[in-house]
Amino acid sequence: MKMKGCTERIYNGLIKENPTFVLMLGMCPTMAVTSSAFNALGMGLTTTVVLVMSNFVISAMRKMIPDKVRIPAYIVIVATLVTIVQLLLKAYIPSLDSALGIYIPLIVVNCIILGRAESYASKNPPLLSAFDGVGMGLGFTLGLTCIGIFRELLGSGTLFGAVQVIPEDFTISLFVMAPGAFFVLAFLIAAQNAYRNRKAAVAGEAGDFSAAANDSGLACGGNCASCFGAVCTENRGKLAANMEKVAGSGAGTAQSVGKAAASSAKSAVKPAKQASVSENSAETKGGTKA
Amino acid sequence: MKEMLQIVLAAALVENVVLSQFLGLCPFLGVSKKVKTAASMGAAVIFVITISSAVTSLIYQYILAANGLEFLETIVFILVIAALVQLVEMFLKKSSPALYQALGVYLPLITTNCAVLGVALINVQENYNVLYSILNGFGTAVGFTIAIVIMAGIREKLEGCDVPKAFQGTPIVLITAGLMAMAFIGFSGLF
Repeated sequence: MKMKGCTERIYNGLIKENPTFVLMLGMCPTMAVTSSAFNALGMGLTTTVVLVMSNFVISAMRKMIPDKVRIPAYIVIVATLVTIVQLLLKAYIPSLDSALGIYIPLIVVNCIILGRAESYASKNPPLLSAFDGVGMGLGFTLGLTCIGIFRELLGSGTLFGAVQVIPEDFTISLFVMAPGAFFVLAFLIAAQNAYRNRKAAVAGEAGDFSAAANDSGLACGGNCASCFGAVCTENRGKLAANMEKVAGSGAGTAQSVGKAAASSAKSAVKPAKQASVSENSAETKGGTKA
Repeated sequence: MKEMLQIVLAAALVENVVLSQFLGLCPFLGVSKKVKTAASMGAAVIFVITISSAVTSLIYQYILAANGLEFLETIVFILVIAALVQLVEMFLKKSSPALYQALGVYLPLITTNCAVLGVALINVQENYNVLYSILNGFGTAVGFTIAIVIMAGIREKLEGCDVPKAFQGTPIVLITAGLMAMAFIGFSGLF
């Protein structure tokens, strides 16, 4: 039973709630370090190590930390762990440390870490939380490495900097530069939108989460997927109200999402997660296969 | 003098914080729907990053580096920035309600903006002294403001455009950002 829970967490992080492709978390490092597959892999693994440790420590301390100061407490824990990992990298893999530069200390503000702490580790036992960290971390690594391989292949024609697959004269160097990151990510999200739209059409779903976020008039744009939400409980209430409004005019599936959002307005369940919930329910309704 | 100007221009244009360093993407994508809100956000960011660069650089030089505690930079910076934003908010609320009204909602959002921590870390990495750190912070924040205001202007125009369904929302914004990043590469010939 216990083993099953652990493997389920890993599957969840790798596939079902993949932080890069499904939840769209941690976009800053995703775009910044994926100019080569090796850097992307290194960044992914570094984040995984931090995530596993932070999930474990936070989960172990979840009953000690008073609710009101939990976010600062989480930040201190994560910052400590990041510093440890950074010092280890400096000592043992200095090439990776210099390649990733300031993006290693910036793992502290990576929304995946605090997002998982808030939505999973603070509610579940240490072992499961650690496995959740493994799953999410490997999912992030997978996402980063895929994007890294793609950009490196098109941009400099190599695979992990070792094999020259495409001759240098035929590469499009734009892809390893900054604009390439924006374009690759744009097409990635567009592909996902197209997939969702098709599924939504099958299920006859009218209102969806992003629609609710779009016209809720929030200062932050309702982009909750990339915000760890310490400050916007107020926003979340507004969003939930707006979702109910959208749900009222929309079909049944959207309504259930609105309710889910309203009930979880207090707890900090990631709205992106709710979006995937809506997806799941759309799936069962339409009777399509995943 | 020339060197100071160079730091500000390089931080604002050549190494634009959003378009070439990928920091602060969340507010860049989230708050860029209208020029007015984008400009307010930009103003709040200029305000906070300039102050936080000064404070973090002072702390680094006179407390951390002086005592050989450089390895604590990440922990100290993130806490100082979080506390600082709260303080600035409280101070503004009391002393300048008009400014608070204009910036108020955006201030807490900035705590979670990786650009603030990023600038503090870059200042350390580049070995800038306190004055240069402030200039670098100011320049970076101005660069952020330029990028987000231009983006908001384009997005206002995009409202009326016939964007393919899959590209509506974030994808088209990212493509616009990619084109802007291409344009900003042109600035690298500046120095």
